Amino acid sequence: MTLYRDLTIRQKHIVWAWAFLAIPALFYGIIRFYPTGTAVLISFQNWNLLGSRTWAGLENYRELWNDPVFWKVFRNTFAYLLIGTPVSLVLSFIIAYHLDKLRFMHGFIRMLYFLPFMTSAVAMAWVWRWFYQGVPIGLFNNILASFGIAQIEFLNSTTNALPAVLAPAVWAGLGFQVIIFMAGLRAIPTSYYEAARIDGVGWWTILTQITLPLLKPTMVFIVVFSSIGFLRIFDHVFNMTTNNPGGPLNATKPLVLMIYDTAFNGFNMGYAAAQTVVLFTILLIVSLIQLRLLRSE
Amino acid sequence: MKYRLKSLAIAGLTSVATLLSSAVQAVEIEYWQYFFDARVEAMEQLIEGFEAENPDITVKMTHFPYADYRTKVAAAIPAGEGPDVVQLFYGWLNDYVEAELIQPLPADVFPPAKIEEDFFPMVGAMREGDNYWALPTAVRSLALFYNTRLFDEAGVDAPPTNLDELVEVAKKLTKVDGAGNLTQVGITAGMTAQDHHWFREVLVRQMGGDPYTDDYRTVNYNDEAGQKALDFYVGLAKQHKVTAFGFMDEPQAAFKAGRAGMHIDGSFRIGSLNGVRGLKWGVTELPAGPDGTRSNYSSYWVNAITTKAEGERYDAAVKFMQYVTSDEAMQIWLDVVGELPAKPSVGMTDANANNEVFGPFIRGLAYANTTKFANESAQRQAMVDMVSRMDIEGQSAADSIAAAAAEEQKVLDDYYK
Repeated sequence: MTLYRDLTIRQKHIVWAWAFLAIPALFYGIIRFYPTGTAVLISFQNWNLLGSRTWAGLENYRELWNDPVFWKVFRNTFAYLLIGTPVSLVLSFIIAYHLDKLRFMHGFIRMLYFLPFMTSAVAMAWVWRWFYQGVPIGLFNNILASFGIAQIEFLNSTTNALPAVLAPAVWAGLGFQVIIFMAGLRAIPTSYYEAARIDGVGWWTILTQITLPLLKPTMVFIVVFSSIGFLRIFDHVFNMTTNNPGGPLNATKPLVLMIYDTAFNGFNMGYAAAQTVVLFTILLIVSLIQLRLLRSE
Repeated sequence: MKYRLKSLAIAGLTSVATLLSSAVQAVEIEYWQYFFDARVEAMEQLIEGFEAENPDITVKMTHFPYADYRTKVAAAIPAGEGPDVVQLFYGWLNDYVEAELIQPLPADVFPPAKIEEDFFPMVGAMREGDNYWALPTAVRSLALFYNTRLFDEAGVDAPPTNLDELVEVAKKLTKVDGAGNLTQVGITAGMTAQDHHWFREVLVRQMGGDPYTDDYRTVNYNDEAGQKALDFYVGLAKQHKVTAFGFMDEPQAAFKAGRAGMHIDGSFRIGSLNGVRGLKWGVTELPAGPDGTRSNYSSYWVNAITTKAEGERYDAAVKFMQYVTSDEAMQIWLDVVGELPAKPSVGMTDANANNEVFGPFIRGLAYANTTKFANESAQRQAMVDMVSRMDIEGQSAADSIAAAAAEEQKVLDDYYK
């Protein structure tokens, strides 16, 4: 006790600060960093969850490098990212831009856009899965058939399946992005627009010279946020293709689904952990790029 | 009054004594299985019967959703938290033996020679060395379900008995709309359901092949017989156009909805079909091959004693194992769950073997094969991809089956290396 009493006020502040910091530090240490470290460790081992772990060295990574399924899955993951992010960014900006100008039933329409974001992804995936079925049950194909148009294979196809799975994922995230964009639009001081209008500038110039540049932080946030979301896409894909997880010939399989499959169907924990480390690295790189972009502001 | 007080006091004392020495007096063993209404109910009945016979043993049953079951069991037993008697899929046995999580059944109580005499032959896969490691209460096999209402409508009076008849009947049952889309299939198809078993153990053998050699460690269907089998299977959709892969999402869904004339499925489907309103169905043995060969696939869940059970818990677990593999238990399992008895002495009784619903499955057991899977979902995926390559990419049967054989062989090699 005397030890504490002898401290200066400044030192006491530090002790208290650390006492409070200890809780989140412990939480992160035990709940986040310890399992992460263990996962990295397991990626260098062979383990089937039942027996003992044995050292495998770099074998899991070598296997991953030579696994054609992994490269297919890798391409799919980036296809989700490279299609999903720009499409959702453009769509949400267009919706937010027009919704911002709209006064009539503004709150109600905004709620409609936000609703899918609050809906359970599992329930939504199953409803869309039904939409996509062939005749006689699928909604879209029944509509096509009633016009005498040949049905389209949405999910049972190697080319259509990925966009078909991506569409509800984009739609679900749209509401959130619209809200963020609207907040960004509202934060732009109206004096800029007034000044522009006094100078007699057209709407296109206002959009490209004032609105979009001032929305840059908002856009960086949305891009990063949705990128991480698309890189980790799982529940939509898994639920829309439960019978054949990852679609026909792995057409829709993202990295997370491959990890799940390797770990909990194959019980090959070492290999799954190696895949996890790769995913972690990708996410880390994306996050570092984000920090870079934000700092340049 | 005095007597009653005295007996009450004695009762009180004994119960205190029991509490203090509970380990000596009453043994509690823990039993785990996955959650499926009828299975839980059947096991409750079995436990009740067992406890009545063995008042000094209590059995505590714990169950989990199927999706989590394998992971939970795998995590709990090594941690010493798990059950004394556990239900496992037959295909998992190797892993559990190797990891020393289960112990062999004592040969004096379960003599291997007697087991081989009493049980259906596929149970032999549970023997390793001089001991059996696990035993089933019930087994499953495949059969051909058919929709009697659609049969009547199409004027078909009897279910098909061989593959040629199967195609002919299926053609009569198929319906197409104006745009050429199937609205009703003659027979369901999809490797994601039970068809991969039908292909491996039935069609390949019926075309004269042998799907695996070397105790299921070497893939052997990449030959003429395999190609014929695959051509027949994919031909149902491509050539005869009596089905489509993925029609109505799942084969069993199409059959339940009355949109499929025939459907190959396991005995475990009986219970859920019984609950479908307006569906009238019958069941028959799987169709015979071109030369009359019959085959079937059978699988089963087994009960095993874990290494956690020691001392008197072990003795109690052995007694419990004896009880759940008794004839009486098998009959209860058949009546409550609809799964087939693992012993011919129960299954082949006149009442069971000629039963309208269970009969075809039980008769199928006599010529059934059991695939020894290393990783069932990965091996199934090879079959699913094999059909997808032909269905979507138009690959030839020869190329597709060669790729599937290579894919599955890799799974087997990785496992047995």
